[in-house]
Amino acid sequence: MNRIDNLFQTKKENILSIYFTAGFPKLEDTIMVMEGIEEAGADIIEIGMPYSDPVADGPTIQESNKVALENGMSMKKMFSQLESMRDKISIPVVLMGYLNPIMQYGVEAFCQKCKEVGVDGLIVPDLPIQQYQEDYKELFDQYDLRNTFLISPQTSETRIREIDKQSDGFIYMVSSHSITGAKSGISEEQIAYFEGVKAMELANPRLIGFGISDHATFMTASSYSNGAIIGSAFIKVLRDAKNLKQDIKTFIQGVKQA
Amino acid sequence: MIKVDEKGFYGKFGGAYIPEMLYPNVEELKNNYEQITQSDEFKKEFHHLLRDYVGRPTPLYFAERLSEKYGAKIYLKREDLCHTGAHKVNNTIGQIILAKKLGKKRIIAETGAGQHGVATATVCALMGMDCTVYMGEIDMERQKPNVERMRILGAKVVPATSGSKTLKDATNEALRQWINNPVDTHYIIGSVVGPHPYPEMVARFQSVISEEIKYQLKEKEDRENPDLVIACVGGGSNAAGAFYHYYNTPEVRLVAVEAAGLGVSSGKSAATTALGTSGVLHGSKTLLMQTEDGQVIEPHSISAGLDYPGIGPVHAHLFDSGRGEFYAVEDEDAMKAGVELSRLEGIIPAIESAHALSALKQVRFNSSDIIVVNLSGRGDKDLDTYIKWGGY
Ligand SMILES: Cc1ncc(COP(=O)(O)O)c(C=O)c1O
Repeated sequence: MNRIDNLFQTKKENILSIYFTAGFPKLEDTIMVMEGIEEAGADIIEIGMPYSDPVADGPTIQESNKVALENGMSMKKMFSQLESMRDKISIPVVLMGYLNPIMQYGVEAFCQKCKEVGVDGLIVPDLPIQQYQEDYKELFDQYDLRNTFLISPQTSETRIREIDKQSDGFIYMVSSHSITGAKSGISEEQIAYFEGVKAMELANPRLIGFGISDHATFMTASSYSNGAIIGSAFIKVLRDAKNLKQDIKTFIQGVKQA
Repeated sequence: MIKVDEKGFYGKFGGAYIPEMLYPNVEELKNNYEQITQSDEFKKEFHHLLRDYVGRPTPLYFAERLSEKYGAKIYLKREDLCHTGAHKVNNTIGQIILAKKLGKKRIIAETGAGQHGVATATVCALMGMDCTVYMGEIDMERQKPNVERMRILGAKVVPATSGSKTLKDATNEALRQWINNPVDTHYIIGSVVGPHPYPEMVARFQSVISEEIKYQLKEKEDRENPDLVIACVGGGSNAAGAFYHYYNTPEVRLVAVEAAGLGVSSGKSAATTALGTSGVLHGSKTLLMQTEDGQVIEPHSISAGLDYPGIGPVHAHLFDSGRGEFYAVEDEDAMKAGVELSRLEGIIPAIESAHALSALKQVRFNSSDIIVVNLSGRGDKDLDTYIKWGGY
């Protein structure tokens, strides 16, 4: 069974997904960071595939993409690092990245490789629904990859329902109209949006991301959804880490409980 | 047929590959721009401003001494005489009226050479709208006078400090800021790039260029169609404007000139069709300079306006379908062509436009041919570069 399906069937709340960029802070840190995330008790690992032009990302993740590329990270290198990840990692793994590197790798070759190394799902922010249906869905399905779409406070209810229909993993709720990056706190306006989407009783589980950075924001977000995604705040931990594994553990456990 | 389809594709290229966060903005534009721009009210204001503010129609000037030199009848379409010094303002006038009709309060834009930034700051001043222009940190250095022009006009100029700190990164930054300000802000893209409907919308605003060429040539030569139209291509807006009404007239040769930088195979080039492969950048599928791994390669050109790793999807299609002829001109040759025009005709061209002029040396034509070169801009902004180059 696909690990994403399995997770959402067995766990309904406070699901914690952690994003980091492959090859960051050091080229060969990828697997160690994944182990750290799993050992600290997170539920999903989201691996960012570094790209030269990450248009939906704020300064922190832009920087981690840049550093990873300078470190020598590439799609091929990433897959070679992930080759034996399933010896060590048992939680769901999702790849997140922009469309162009996937197109250049070859969409089918990419999907095949994902399946081979044990990736469970994909988040491709610049792959719109229409293109997904026409050119990608069949391949994603064939290789048992769940696809996640984003929604934002600007997304209309009709569009959210359409996205719900097309989704088969979880829906990624962007917490505000913004690019990625940790902000402090969650506003009333955001809460109203979380409540609005909750009331729609969508078929797919929802995770809230962008601007989630600590225990308080994680708990608030989780109370209106199935859980939350932390990216920039975690990248900062990696960037500033003295002892990588220990600092990962401290951070993630701090998010899970005060 | 060169024509955009319903989904925003020109053949294999185009579309709208955008994060969902941008979908409402782009959808709003897509659903409204045709209706608004086709309305009599819009057309009236657009044409009024193009005439009385921009100074259109721009002359179609028979360049006698240049013609003698190259052995053909060469006309220059004088976009350099537009207010603000380049064709860019045709598009910003159109988009600012559109933005107002959409009820937007703020304008954002990206700029490379600063020409589009200046053209945007200008129309924002004209309409009393708040204006922020994103510009690569490196471009801010090499185009200082334009940075100050924008500031005098009341615009905020924000450095793009990510990536290569040039036009591509300024565009990324503008897209990010549009995600951050989705409701009250309109993004004025400066070329025929970006997600559908931008490439077609910008081309239509620029199509006034070929609309005028047609009737001006009719007056002068008793024919609407030249044998060749030559234009430089950065993103491709001046070329799209000069080609637009000739797309589907096969007897008119459409010649697009890219920047070869230090040489097409030097590793320091911006010749996208020569070096690029199909990929997605800034919301559309197009030809793109990139690594095997799909990372976008930093272009190089002496002209900041051509220093872009992609081209508009319509040009990718003109290339792919064989309808367009593509040439690449090196830095040095462009500079020489700029000086040549200065000496032969008393016109100092923008270095971008000088690329189009230099192509006269490469393109084969007959002595009886009528050639229109789109002189997209004037050289005032490039004085520093001319001086540093020094070969005059
Ligand atoms: C004078 C001039 N010509 C050409 C260009 C290139 O843009 P496009 O290819 O969109 O016409 C620029 C861009 O700044 C410019 O300033």
